[in-house]
Amino acid sequence: MYADPVEEARRQAQICNSCRYCEGYCAVFPSMHINRFLADGDLAQLANLCHNCQNCYDACQYTAPHEFALNLPGVLAEVRQDSWEQTSFPAAMGTAFHRHGTLIGLVSVLAMALLFWAARSLPGDGEGFYAVIGHNAMIAIFLPAFLFPLLALFIGISRYWELVGAQAIRLSDITAAFGSAATMRNLAGGHGDGCNYEDGDRFSHKRRYLHQLVMYGFLLCFAATASGTILHYVFDLPAPYGLFSIPKALGIPGGLMLCVGTLGLMWIKAEGRPNLQDPRVRGGEFGFILLLFVVSLTGLLLYALRDSAALELLLALHLGSVLAFFLLTPYSKMAHGFYRLAALVRDAQRRRSSR
Amino acid sequence: MASRKTDHDVVVVGGGNAALCAAMTAAESGMKVLILESAPQSYRGGNSRHTRNFRCMHDGPLSVLVESYDEDEYFADLIKVTDGRTDEDLARMVIRRSEECLPWMEAHGVRFQPSLSGTLSLARTNAFFMGGGKALVNAYYRTAAALGVDVLYDAPVRHIQLDRRKVASVRYDHDGVSHTVQPRAVIVASGGFQADIDWLADAWGPAARNFLIRGTPYNRGTVLRNLLDQGAQSVGDPTQCHAVAIDGRAPKFDGGIVTRLDCVPFSVVVNKNGDRFYDEGEDVWPKRYAIWGRLVAAQPDQIGYAIVDSRAIPLFMPSVFPPVRANTLEELAQKMELPVDGVMKTISRFNAACGDTSAFHPTELDGVRTQGIEPAKTNWARPISEPPFYGYTLRTGVTFTYLGLKVDENAQCRTEDGLIENLWAAGETMAGSILGQGYLAGYGMTIGTVFGRIAGQEAANYVR
Repeated sequence: MYADPVEEARRQAQICNSCRYCEGYCAVFPSMHINRFLADGDLAQLANLCHNCQNCYDACQYTAPHEFALNLPGVLAEVRQDSWEQTSFPAAMGTAFHRHGTLIGLVSVLAMALLFWAARSLPGDGEGFYAVIGHNAMIAIFLPAFLFPLLALFIGISRYWELVGAQAIRLSDITAAFGSAATMRNLAGGHGDGCNYEDGDRFSHKRRYLHQLVMYGFLLCFAATASGTILHYVFDLPAPYGLFSIPKALGIPGGLMLCVGTLGLMWIKAEGRPNLQDPRVRGGEFGFILLLFVVSLTGLLLYALRDSAALELLLALHLGSVLAFFLLTPYSKMAHGFYRLAALVRDAQRRRSSR
Repeated sequence: MASRKTDHDVVVVGGGNAALCAAMTAAESGMKVLILESAPQSYRGGNSRHTRNFRCMHDGPLSVLVESYDEDEYFADLIKVTDGRTDEDLARMVIRRSEECLPWMEAHGVRFQPSLSGTLSLARTNAFFMGGGKALVNAYYRTAAALGVDVLYDAPVRHIQLDRRKVASVRYDHDGVSHTVQPRAVIVASGGFQADIDWLADAWGPAARNFLIRGTPYNRGTVLRNLLDQGAQSVGDPTQCHAVAIDGRAPKFDGGIVTRLDCVPFSVVVNKNGDRFYDEGEDVWPKRYAIWGRLVAAQPDQIGYAIVDSRAIPLFMPSVFPPVRANTLEELAQKMELPVDGVMKTISRFNAACGDTSAFHPTELDGVRTQGIEPAKTNWARPISEPPFYGYTLRTGVTFTYLGLKVDENAQCRTEDGLIENLWAAGETMAGSILGQGYLAGYGMTIGTVFGRIAGQEAANYVR
């Protein structure tokens, strides 16, 4: 942990800028090598471009015990974390949840309890789980819980955009950023062998593939929910849906991918080197991945046990974890996806203007 | 003290590029190999950790290399920097074999990247290691482990027992205990002696105590001296080392690439008395940094001071240390602990000697020169006049020493009486067999790779 991560990152980047051996690994170094002096916003941008693949750390001839004591993945992890907390709305929430996995757990339990109360006290108004909690009650709970985090994220990303001094966005910037995220190019290591993360200087694609399982699994689940909403409102086809329906065709594979991906990410994170990450938020990060695992697991169980007596309990657990997940999105590791995309868009602008 | 026959057929002394190439090659020929690396694991790899590329002959685009680079052009480049002090047969053999090395390196885990920003001039001749030399060393250690090579870190070799023309045993320290093993073949790849400051001072003179060592503190030449004392033939000028001018605030050892300082052509350089001592603009920096290592070594206290104004700052690569900065030249001289009057007099005379600067061009020999001062500055002579002013100190940074073991084209060592039956050498420790003076960027890694592979193969052939 560094007393002043931004100043420390500036010191380390100056050493990197005089060396440049790592230029081919990822987007961070070409971006870093443009400027001799890096402003605070430049460092925030570099930190959010950094995917923590750690290849530069193992390649570096200046890591401790060398007196230059470089640890770029570590210091950028702290700068990145500070940039999220500094720009989050409201800022105090960012600091609290990122740093305390137990708070994430607490919110989850409270959300589950709320849903359990709703299941017990409010009348149902349909079939399947709508018989347990009515559709209107769900909407009353989830609509604000969905919209508020979106607003908070919008404010956060706008603040980030101002911090890094970005320009007007072109369509090509966005397609470039999504292309990079879709393939996780920055975790491919530049040479395509992957990254050093869970096993010293040995390269692997484990983290890249597990991350993509989570990302695509999450997107499939999200698409399942969205398709259900459309079926409900546009086609007047309310849940429950059978196995051969669009929501289930998207949701079941998505849930499985999310389950496997989150377990895998927790495993390699435990294997990884804590000093190359931000020690302040290790608990919060584990808490968040665990929450995502609970979301996917309870979702799958809910479908598997939909006709059993466990329905009411599982529904409360699942919807409670989803509610906690939504509410915490701007203040948890989930926010990284949005900041990372913003940084990739900004980097596309940088590459465009340097051509 | 434990003395025993070892299970290992081949012992490799050293743990850098040449040692690893030798060890992997021998292991691939079925040898049981032991690497004795004097450094701890975190500092393994000798000077190879600080390298960045490999100069490679190629007929047409090869991996990251563009166009072609043929044997004659490569050799001509070498002759230019060594002033003819080159063993042509060995040099040409290394050049010819460099081409097959590149795919071999890739197959053993090395990854290349396009030439780094600011080094476009090397895109045709030098293949850059992705992540630099330490990434290469890491890849080789992984591959060596997979081939069953054993490695001991913190295992400095103290003595290689030469019985007439055969190595009888190797003694090394490890975990506070002295061990002696009797392998069937030994490969020495343990670099030069530049980190032994006493030896350096004996060879060069007391000024060498103020030199900085750019690379590993573990290249102390222990094995080199041990073998020379027992009659192994040497090659290379024992008093000479390759030295360049680097940032004077660099650490005593291991500062590596980031301590280089490219500002001299755009500076006025004075010694500790505030006097200029050489034409700062004689040629472009890549052709002059080695000369400046010697120039600074000849100044009082072996230190120089480069002074630039704000216009020069964007013209050179940043050094790792921010320059001393001041709004006036008096203040700068004070901050750099230089005699203020002397510096002011030198710079005002220099500024007055600058003429028309309209032709100033930072990347070409622009002929913008001083008139009427000694020494003249013959290019890029612009007055030091636009505040703020910046200052860097310059010191002599030693890259490597030339004294080494004499080898033949099979990397085999010899005494006056002929070849030593089971001793080979590779890398910096024998590079003096090829390079008599000067240096060509990336050629050290080429020598290490080519001779490392030869030594590994020859040792394996001998044991079989």
